[in-house]
Amino acid sequence: MSELALMDDRQRRIRSRNRALLLLLLGVVALFYLIALVRLGVWS
Amino acid sequence: MSPPALDTATVALQRTTPADFVPAVGDYFALLKPRVMSLVVFTGFVGLYLAPGHLHPLLAAVAVLCIAVGAGAAGAINMWYERDIDALMDRTRHRPLPAGRMAPGDALGFGAVLAVSSVIVMGLALNPVAAALLALAIVFYVFVYTIGLKRRTPQNIVIGGAAGAFPPMIGWAAVTGQVSVASLALFALIFFWTPPHFWALSLYRAGDYARAGVPMLPVVAGKAETKKQMLLYTFVLWPVALAPALLHATGWLYGAAALVLSALFTLCALAVWRDAGDRAARRMFGFSLLYLFLLFALMAIDRAPGLLAIPGFGA
Repeated sequence: MSELALMDDRQRRIRSRNRALLLLLLGVVALFYLIALVRLGVWS
Repeated sequence: MSPPALDTATVALQRTTPADFVPAVGDYFALLKPRVMSLVVFTGFVGLYLAPGHLHPLLAAVAVLCIAVGAGAAGAINMWYERDIDALMDRTRHRPLPAGRMAPGDALGFGAVLAVSSVIVMGLALNPVAAALLALAIVFYVFVYTIGLKRRTPQNIVIGGAAGAFPPMIGWAAVTGQVSVASLALFALIFFWTPPHFWALSLYRAGDYARAGVPMLPVVAGKAETKKQMLLYTFVLWPVALAPALLHATGWLYGAAALVLSALFTLCALAVWRDAGDRAARRMFGFSLLYLFLLFALMAIDRAPGLLAIPGFGA
């Protein structure tokens, strides 16, 4: 594998990891929002 | 002039600092031991489903998610601690850490964050008892089984099996906020199922364990003794598997199926006893997974309202 291809692969991995982290953070925020709604009896 | 060619092994050897490792998202997922997690999630869900009381569907989903994440976190920390012996075994040498795709600290941090998060969310969304049981399961798996027992005694999976037995009890506690005799019966079922399940695997992977210095029973006491112990445990499973029906946590369908499945499990152990090779052990390992899955599936089916409305039977 050439050094150039390895660098591309590295960039691709970093990008996909950042996207996954963003999705995870959004998921956690949504989860806490929904839990709060249920616990407060707004959505029962 | 073309750039110099590097193979992946050379690149892995050149990694010295955490910044040199760029694990893929799939590597983080692999740390969670997804195949183990699937059984944990399923048994946790059934415990939650069988428990008396009502839980909002969203909170039920959160409870199952916390059980899954907590189990995955324990798996990640286990992989961090066992990266040296994982590199020596065929079954585990392709995992992200021994394969050089991830820095050890990343795996430990990932596992620790997930472990703490899962316990906090369980406590906030459900109740302190379920959160405490989840924390206990994670601590037991990491400190008692992985660090304390696995490399020291052939009884590692007998005592350590308790860690995998917690999920249905956690699911039950998520609904009721307490530990009951019925939830302890579910715990006991997985606890006594674990030794014959893992010993079946270790019979045909004995070479791997010996190479890594893990004192599994076939390595320390020999295959004949292991087969005898497996057979004994399948007999213990008969009353243990029947217990949920005797405690009225399930109905007649589960009770009958538990007897039939336990008899088949004992027959598998007898086949292993007679087999000089590995074939029966491989078959028993496969059947042990089916055995536990079917028992828990039948518990859920048995309790599904209206599903077994057969005249003359009070399901």
